[in-house]
Amino acid sequence: MAHDPSILDTFFEECEDLIVALTEGLVDMREGRADDETVNAVFRAVHSIKGAAGAFALDDLVGFAHKFETVLDEVRSHRLEIEERLLRTLQRAGDILANLVDDARDQTPANRELVDPVLAELQSFLGSEQDSPAEDFVFEAMTLDFSGSSDAPTTYELQFTPGREFYTCGHDPLLLITALQEIGPIEVTVDTTKLPNTFTDFHWDDGYLKWTVKVSGPATDLPMREVFQFVDDLCDLKIMTLDDTGAQIDPTDQAIDHIIEALQEPSITVPVPAMEAAQKEESADRPIKKVATTLRVDPERVDRLINAVGELIINQSVISQRLQEADLPNSAELFSDLDDYKLLAREIQEGVMAIRAQPVKPLFQRMLRIAREAADAVAKDIAIITEGESTEVDKTVVERLADPLTHMIRNAIDHGIETPEARIATGKPRQGTLRLSASQRSGSIVIEIADDGAGLNRPRIRELAIKKGLIPDDAALSDQEIDHLLFAPGFSTAAEVTNLSGRGVGMDVVKTAITALGGRIAINTVPERGTTFSITLPLTLAVMDGMIINVSGQTMVVPIASILETIRPSQADLSKIGLKGELLRIRGEYVPIIDLADKLGHQTDGRPMTERVLLLIQTESIAQCALAVDDIFDQRQVVVKSMQSNYGEIVGVSGATILGDGKIALIIDPDAIASDTGTLTHVPPKTDGGRSYVAA
Amino acid sequence: MTTHILAIDDSRTIRNLLTMTLEKAGFAVTTAVDGVDGVQKFREEHADLVITDVNMPNKDGFGVITDIRAGDKNRAVPVLVLTTESGAALKERARKAGATGWIVKPFDDEALVSVIKRLTGADNGA
Repeated sequence: MAHDPSILDTFFEECEDLIVALTEGLVDMREGRADDETVNAVFRAVHSIKGAAGAFALDDLVGFAHKFETVLDEVRSHRLEIEERLLRTLQRAGDILANLVDDARDQTPANRELVDPVLAELQSFLGSEQDSPAEDFVFEAMTLDFSGSSDAPTTYELQFTPGREFYTCGHDPLLLITALQEIGPIEVTVDTTKLPNTFTDFHWDDGYLKWTVKVSGPATDLPMREVFQFVDDLCDLKIMTLDDTGAQIDPTDQAIDHIIEALQEPSITVPVPAMEAAQKEESADRPIKKVATTLRVDPERVDRLINAVGELIINQSVISQRLQEADLPNSAELFSDLDDYKLLAREIQEGVMAIRAQPVKPLFQRMLRIAREAADAVAKDIAIITEGESTEVDKTVVERLADPLTHMIRNAIDHGIETPEARIATGKPRQGTLRLSASQRSGSIVIEIADDGAGLNRPRIRELAIKKGLIPDDAALSDQEIDHLLFAPGFSTAAEVTNLSGRGVGMDVVKTAITALGGRIAINTVPERGTTFSITLPLTLAVMDGMIINVSGQTMVVPIASILETIRPSQADLSKIGLKGELLRIRGEYVPIIDLADKLGHQTDGRPMTERVLLLIQTESIAQCALAVDDIFDQRQVVVKSMQSNYGEIVGVSGATILGDGKIALIIDPDAIASDTGTLTHVPPKTDGGRSYVAA
Repeated sequence: MTTHILAIDDSRTIRNLLTMTLEKAGFAVTTAVDGVDGVQKFREEHADLVITDVNMPNKDGFGVITDIRAGDKNRAVPVLVLTTESGAALKERARKAGATGWIVKPFDDEALVSVIKRLTGADNGA
C-alpha cells in the first residue's frame, strides 16, 4: 500500500475533522437528539477512519474502529436500543478512538490497558456471533501464482450467456474476451440464434448472445475466474476442461477483430429511450449542499509570506523615516500616500496572519477527552464545560498549548475539585464543574481553566516552599506571590506525584511553555470557591508591539505587553540597599531596580538614576521590578525574528528585529532578566524528575 | 487515449490515495466528495469508469449508481464500489444497485489497477 508521507498527513488531518464530527454527534446523541442522521454521521466518521486507517496498516486503530463501527451499525439499524450504558460506552469508545489516532500519529504503541476494557464493553453489546473476524479487512486476493505448475498446458472451455443485469451493471463481453486473450490463445464462437428478427424487438441490455471461448495454456482455472470475478453469476458461467483431443486452436486475433466489429455496431446505434421521468425526478433533487472547500497549504509557504509581509512593514518604516529626514518641501501629500501604504501593509499582514489562525475547537475537544478520563480515574463527578470554541488562535499556539492545558486540567481535577463526599459536606453540589473557555480580548487571546473546587491552600503552599528552600522562613509574601510559587521550578516534587497529574511536568514547565509563546499566566483563587488560571496570549507570534529603548548606546526593544508604566524617578523615589542595590518606591511599595546595562554586561556611563528611565515590569515569576534604561524612544510594531537557529539561545534576549533605520535591535525578555535577580526570584537549578503541584 | 476515472469518496485520505495510485498508473482522475457531487461531476465530465465509496453523506454510493444507470449519459459505464465490507450481502446489494464490481478497502494498488484496466479495456497488455 501507499506510504507516501503526505497522504499520511492528510489522513491525520482528516481524522482530526472526523473526530470533531464524531464527538459532536455523540454529544447530540447524549442530549437526546439521536435521530437517524446523527447516528449515521457518527457511524460514517468511525467508518471513514477505519477505511483510511486500513490503507496504512494501522492495525490497532482499524481493529478498534471496526468493533466501534459494528456497534454503531446495530444502533443505526435500530437493533440496539439507545440507553444510558450504551451512550456511555460510545462516548468512551470515541475517546479511545481519538487516543488511538494520536498514538498512530505519534507512533507510540496503543495503551491496551485503556483500549481493551472498552473493546470488551463494545463487545458486550454484540452477540458473539456478530463478532466478524479480521478477514473482513483482507483484500480478496486476486494475485495469481502460475509458478507452481509444471503440468502440461490445459485447455479450458468457457461458456457464458450474459443476462440483462450483466449489461445494466456496466459489463462488456468484449472486455472479458480481451482479458481472456491475455491468459492464452483463445478461440471464440458466438451463438446468435436468439437474436430477435426485427430491430424493434431488440433491447440493448437483453441477453441474446451465448459465447463459447476456448482458452489454452493456463494450469488452473484461477485466471479465468479472476476475469469473471464480478460476473460469474450474471452470465451463467460454465468452465470446463477439455482433454487434449478437443483442443486444436487457431491463432485468434482475427476472430477477435470480427467480434469487435460485430459488437460495436449495435451498441452504438441502438437508441436509448429517453427517460424523462427519471430526469424530472433528478432535477427536483434537493438543492445541492455547498461543499465547504478548504485549501491546504504547506505551512512553510505561509511562514514565508508572513516573513515577507514583515519585511514589507519594516521597509515601510524605513521609507517613512528616510522621508522625514529628507525634509522635503510640500511633503503633505506624500505622507498621506505613505499612510495609505501603511494601512494596506497592515491589512495584508492581518490577512496573512488569519491564514495561520485556527479555531481552538479541536484542541478543546481533546481536552474534554482528557478531562473525562481524568475525572473517571479519580472517581469524581465533574461537569466539563467549554466555551468560545470558535476563537481562533495561531496554529503554533494551538499546537503548543496542548501539553500545558493537559497538565492544568489534570491538576484541577486531581487537586482542585474535591471528592463528591467532601463537596456535599461543605454544602456544594455533588458535581464539580470545570470550565475551559477561550475569548479574544483587545488584541490578546485569553484562555481560562476554572474549577469550582476548594481553591489554593496558601498556608500549605507557603509551608512547602519554605521546606524546599524556595523562600526564607520569614519571607513576607502577598497572596499573589504565594500563588505564583506554584510556578517556581522545584516547587513540586515527586513526593506529591499522584497517578493522574504526576506525569513528570510541574507547573513551572507549564509556565515556561506559555512564556515561550509570548503569553502570561495568572491565578485567581478564592478559598472554597475555586481557582481560575488565565492564560493570556498574543494574537500572533510574529509581530509584537515594542518599546524602543536605548541602553549604553545600544538600541533595544522591550515588549509593551510587559511594561506597566514608565517612570522618570525623582531622588525621593529612590532608596539604596546594600552596596549597589537600589529600590524604587512606588505607591508605598518598594520595587527592586535592575540596571539593564549592568545586566547585559555593558559599561554603564554612571548617569544617576534620576536621569534615566525606569520601566516598571510585571514579571510572571514573582512580582514587579523596574528596569533601568538610558532612554526610551517610541512604541512600534516590530517583526520578531528568532535568533535560535542562527545564533542559539541567549538568556534575557527573546529575539531580534530590524528597525526603521535598517539597524538590528535585540528584543529583551524582561521576565528572564528579572528572574535572575538573586532575591526572591532566585530558584535552585532545575532538577529532573517528576513534579506536580499541591493545591489542596 | 487517456482513460478518465471519476473517484467519489467522502474521505480526503482515500481520495488522495486513489488519485495517487491511479495517476501513477496513467489514468486521469477526477474526484468528488460525496454522492451528490459525484453525480453532478459524472454529468459534467466524461468518465470511462467510476469508483465510488458506499457510505457517504448526501447520497450514498448505491444512490450514485442508481442515478448513473437511470440517466441518459453514459449509463453503461463500469462502476466499481469501494467498500470495507465483503461477503455475499454486499455483493447482492451492489449488484442490485447496478454496480459493475467491488473493491474491498484497503485496496491493493496493483489489483485495483488491473481490475480497472480489465473493465475499461484500457492500456491492454501494459
